Amino acid sequence: MSQGTAAVPQVSLGRRISRFMSDQPLVPLIILLIALVIVLQILRPGIVNERWAANTVKFAIPLAILAGCQTMTMLTGGIDLSVGTVATMGAFIMVTQAAFHDPAVAILIALVPALIIGFVNGVGVGVFRVHPLIMTLGTSLIGMGCLLVYQRSVIATGTKVPEALAWLAIGTTYGFPNALLLFVPIAAFIIFTLNRTGFGRLLYALGDNEKAARLSGVIYWKVIVTLYVLSALLAGIAGLLFIGLIKSPSLSLAEPLVLPSVAAAVIGGTSIFGGRGGYAGTIVGALILQILTTLLTILQMPEGARRILFGLIVLLVTAIYLRIIENR
Amino acid sequence: MTRFITRNGWVLGLLALLALLFVFTKAIQPFYGAGDFGSLARAVLPFAFAVAAQTIVVIAGGIDLSIASMMALTSVTAASMMNGASEEFALLVVPFVLVMGLLLGALNGLLIVVTRVPDIVVTLAMLFVFQGAALLVLEAPGGAAADWLKALITGTVQLPGLPEAITAWVPKALVLLVICLALVWIPLRLSGLDLSLYAIGSNPLAAFRSGVPVARTKILSYALGGLFGAMGGLSLTMSTGIGAPIPGPYLLASVAAVVLGGVALGGGRGGIIGPIVAVIILRLVRTDLTLLAVDPNVTAIIEGTIMVIVVMFGAYIALRGRSS
Repeated sequence: MSQGTAAVPQVSLGRRISRFMSDQPLVPLIILLIALVIVLQILRPGIVNERWAANTVKFAIPLAILAGCQTMTMLTGGIDLSVGTVATMGAFIMVTQAAFHDPAVAILIALVPALIIGFVNGVGVGVFRVHPLIMTLGTSLIGMGCLLVYQRSVIATGTKVPEALAWLAIGTTYGFPNALLLFVPIAAFIIFTLNRTGFGRLLYALGDNEKAARLSGVIYWKVIVTLYVLSALLAGIAGLLFIGLIKSPSLSLAEPLVLPSVAAAVIGGTSIFGGRGGYAGTIVGALILQILTTLLTILQMPEGARRILFGLIVLLVTAIYLRIIENR
Repeated sequence: MTRFITRNGWVLGLLALLALLFVFTKAIQPFYGAGDFGSLARAVLPFAFAVAAQTIVVIAGGIDLSIASMMALTSVTAASMMNGASEEFALLVVPFVLVMGLLLGALNGLLIVVTRVPDIVVTLAMLFVFQGAALLVLEAPGGAAADWLKALITGTVQLPGLPEAITAWVPKALVLLVICLALVWIPLRLSGLDLSLYAIGSNPLAAFRSGVPVARTKILSYALGGLFGAMGGLSLTMSTGIGAPIPGPYLLASVAAVVLGGVALGGGRGGIIGPIVAVIILRLVRTDLTLLAVDPNVTAIIEGTIMVIVVMFGAYIALRGRSS
């Protein structure tokens, strides 16, 4: 016993820090987040204030919701690349339907295609065992085609963003963005589902060892269909929020968020091969990406250089983070 | 014979489908002739190179999301270097761009091996890097292409001793495609390196234990992918005469054609011919839909549906084959 206590001081400080960080994967991420904010403050003194924080959170929320879709699907070893199309569809259909329906009805109508696409994704991946990458790419292609056809039928009706949605997406109360009213329950729901429910455990189990999960009685297709429907539904909600924020509907509305949503989940420590990760890290990942975008914008570099830096930083962060976790 | 059929069943099925589609095309458009075939070949060219790049990477167990950006980068590099330069200078530009593609691809592979970050994330990050670099080279579509390069894919090949009626059906673009693919694939075959690619694709650990240099082979697969990407970029510059810094729809098309062509996305299975035939089929379907005067927006729906159904069907057959 005395030998055991004597051995403790021999572990160097660096090792102890790295061990602590690999036990608490969120800590290095939050350190990075704070470091980015400090860099931002040094580069442009005074930029970091209440309004800036509220704006950052507002724009990070749709990305964080989409990244939630990626987190959940990636836990099973899948990926959902149709989130961009689903979000765009939800937003576009909602603003055109809101022109002659009650906003609530318009929102319900707008979420129907999301459910359909999610269901088709689930059946393709769960029942026919198509690779999720190709399945979700295919359905997003189909969805985009349907949206193009739909667009022509409503070309004369005009669009309208419901007041309530704009309030939710843009407004702030006592300095806090109203979007948190929507996001906090969603985040709580995802975290609760992943950590505390049987369904969440099944996702981890399928991603970790599908064969073992099947042998212990998991009905694969049921889990997968539920998962992809849930993912599409969340993507649709993210789209509704995003249109309230952007206010100008277009057919490429949420498409630029797709690859960053994958990046946010990966930076947040979710393994793309499944079985490891969580949503808390993903939220921090989305915030990091959002602050990174601001940082690159105020550096006033040419667009090309900004993209190069964005790519390199994503790669660097992921590589370092994987190193830290692998120390376990 | 039966062994040949069972082994190449998927490719033979695709070829039959392609033949059927040509018959169908001729039926709905009786005037479909050699000229239309030539323009189909020209349209297929950049897609086919993207598919070849993706195929080689997927066989080795990876995936390259950066392929469309790579093509944009190599295309604008070629176009801006040839802008205002002499015809002879283009002779230097072509090998330069090809080597550039090879090195950038190798960089992809190197980053994957060194950082141990999953392929899909590394190439996703490199997608942004290449896109940014393309924007730095050319901010807006522009540049130029040497005339002899443009002539390389227009018109048909004149073969001595063959009547005009036959040579009219041999567009230069198709010949160029076959030559380029053969120049990479045949040496690979002869040197036995293709076996290493399949080995690390199907089981990296087993490959490592049987003495395959896994890291080097991985880098090789991405380098060759980059080489094909550069060919695709050059073919873009050749067919449009300019370079555009915005990536085209080649990522989606290449992944779709690879899967339709019978290459398993997990790696280790499939060949180069299947995906190439698949991409020609996808382009021909598009031509047919245009000929049928289908709304171009509906075309996207039909294309997506075909892709999804064929892939589901293929996956279902594979599932049946495994369980029986």
